[in-house]
Amino acid sequence: MMSLQLFVCVKQTPSSTSVAVDSTGRIQTDLPMALNPLDEYAVEETLRLKERVAGSKSAALSLGAPSAEEALRATLALGIDSAVLLCDDAFKGGDSFATAYLLSMALRKLGAGGPGCFVLTGKQTNDGESGQVGPQIAAWLGWPSVTSVRKITEVSDASITVERAVEDGIETLTLAAPAVLSVTKEINEPRLPSLKGKMAAKRAAVAKWGASDLGADASLIGLSSPCAVAKLSPVPSRAGGEAVPGSTPEEKAKNLAEKLKELKLL
Amino acid sequence: MDYGLTDLQKEIIDVARQIAQKKMKPVREHYDQTEEFPWPIVEEFRKADLFGVYLPEEFGGMGGGCFELALAFEELSRVCGGMSLPLGTSSLGSIPILLFGSPEQRERFLPELASGKKLGAFNITEPEAGSDATATKATAVREGDDYVLNGIKNFCSSGKEADLYVVFASTSPARGARGISAFVVEKGTPGFGFGKKEQKMGIRANPTYELVFKDCRVPAANLLYKEGYGLFVAQGTFDLSRPGIGAQALGIAQGALDETLAYARMRKQFGAPIASFQAIGHMLADCATLIEAGRALLYSTARAMDMEMKPAVQLALKERIPVHDAMRKLKTRRWTKESAMVKVFCSDAAMKVTTDCVQMCGGIGYMRDFPVEKFMRDAKITQIYEGANQIQRNEISSMMIKEAASKGQ
Repeated sequence: MMSLQLFVCVKQTPSSTSVAVDSTGRIQTDLPMALNPLDEYAVEETLRLKERVAGSKSAALSLGAPSAEEALRATLALGIDSAVLLCDDAFKGGDSFATAYLLSMALRKLGAGGPGCFVLTGKQTNDGESGQVGPQIAAWLGWPSVTSVRKITEVSDASITVERAVEDGIETLTLAAPAVLSVTKEINEPRLPSLKGKMAAKRAAVAKWGASDLGADASLIGLSSPCAVAKLSPVPSRAGGEAVPGSTPEEKAKNLAEKLKELKLL
Repeated sequence: MDYGLTDLQKEIIDVARQIAQKKMKPVREHYDQTEEFPWPIVEEFRKADLFGVYLPEEFGGMGGGCFELALAFEELSRVCGGMSLPLGTSSLGSIPILLFGSPEQRERFLPELASGKKLGAFNITEPEAGSDATATKATAVREGDDYVLNGIKNFCSSGKEADLYVVFASTSPARGARGISAFVVEKGTPGFGFGKKEQKMGIRANPTYELVFKDCRVPAANLLYKEGYGLFVAQGTFDLSRPGIGAQALGIAQGALDETLAYARMRKQFGAPIASFQAIGHMLADCATLIEAGRALLYSTARAMDMEMKPAVQLALKERIPVHDAMRKLKTRRWTKESAMVKVFCSDAAMKVTTDCVQMCGGIGYMRDFPVEKFMRDAKITQIYEGANQIQRNEISSMMIKEAASKGQ
């Protein structure tokens, strides 16, 4: 088998689970940032594919602020071979359509395509949560794509066979290469970085490409992209719950069932 | 507080924190209860390059020193001072080889210790020789190219699981303290076996074994430094390793305080979070102050030791001589007093902090459902092993008297 040409698209997102939104709908800006948690699984699966087929190469791509370089370095520390950051003021305010367009342009520039080429993404981000960027990259490139991949069973230059969790069972699909896959957290247990990996990643070069490097159409990106966030409001905080009394699990279950009947929920 | 850490030092903390939080915390209770050896966690240390943080790059290490070791040990112990221990025990097996080993011994043993492929251990204690190591009864008799070891050592941390054991036996009982020698014994050597496994109060994720030697032939090439220099090897090792115990103790203290602060902010009594009561607030403040004072002492001492040790290590590598000889050439100072101070201060602080944390958490703090009582059980050993704190105080005062006398005061 030929070696694989692997790409993983990642995003730097807030690592906090409590993100403050002010009255004007603006997200608090000084949040600690990290690699999007679901992207960790895409990175791990990319590394496993790379380790599975000798001589394979892997690259990580991200579109974001200059600080997103840190998220890319985190992928290099884990073993990804190279990284490209798409960063330009002209990209600001773009939606998933624009993001996928720019990532597809970067993939073209990197020579992605042909046998053995696979692009992986996480299922969704923990901020935008659209889950659309992966399939849209495939659409821009005219490639097949599959979402919610929970297992890769076979891979070759010609195709990749995956399992996908659906509501009433498991689908097994074979996609012709090149293809785009978005993966779920059931697919693997991501590795942790090593010190040697982290120290090498600090010294590694991360390429930075702007709109002109990609030859991007200005009418498709940034604020010109079709979707804009109209309003953002914080999730109302939950009122305190009610503890169900009982000294044994059985007694607690009995009391809970009674309570649910009382509320006509059972 | 910003201690002016290097990039490597910051990364060590980050890597150790990720392992501690993501891998160790979910299994902490399991290993404490079962007393199994946490191999999956040791594998994480290995993959993350933590076993070599304090060893020279020439042997595959990260080129750090005691400070780097302390940072890793502290951060891992913040979640579990038992599961973190293989890092400490392996360093206790490696440091004597680094300091007193010949170039051949360094090259033979250190790369596998730096990579974590092999785990090190150290055992000087015997049933009748605890604080008084001069009472060592195990013997090593030279026969041809071997030494034949006989006797029992006890309380060996990481026992049975480690691969390389630095042990002490008398090569010349008539010479007493000056007749003791240090050897590297590999697991699997015929005549070297394991006796009783101890059941302990704390650090239960780490096995403590008796080592049994019955006509065990150890190659003379495994003698560290020279015959009769065993206690010298032990003391030189402790000078560099004791800050590690201080780091383990501080990690345990910080871990207990982290849990306690979170609980005290949440737990309501008399209609208010208990953290808002001055009685609790002052205890929290005293705990945090003790920990930060210990950390300042540990970090400054470890950094100063490394600055002085590194030229000696470099000279030893260049001239292919033992580090101990290079230290004599460079007149590298001994750190007995300062390393004992770090160990005493941090371990006493850990015992006080963890005891107070249990008190602040009240009834729930005493229960096994909540991790604070475990931190208290784990803290106790740091006042005892690698020299009981009473012995540390003897060493501090005897060094003070020596220093004063040498100045003619």
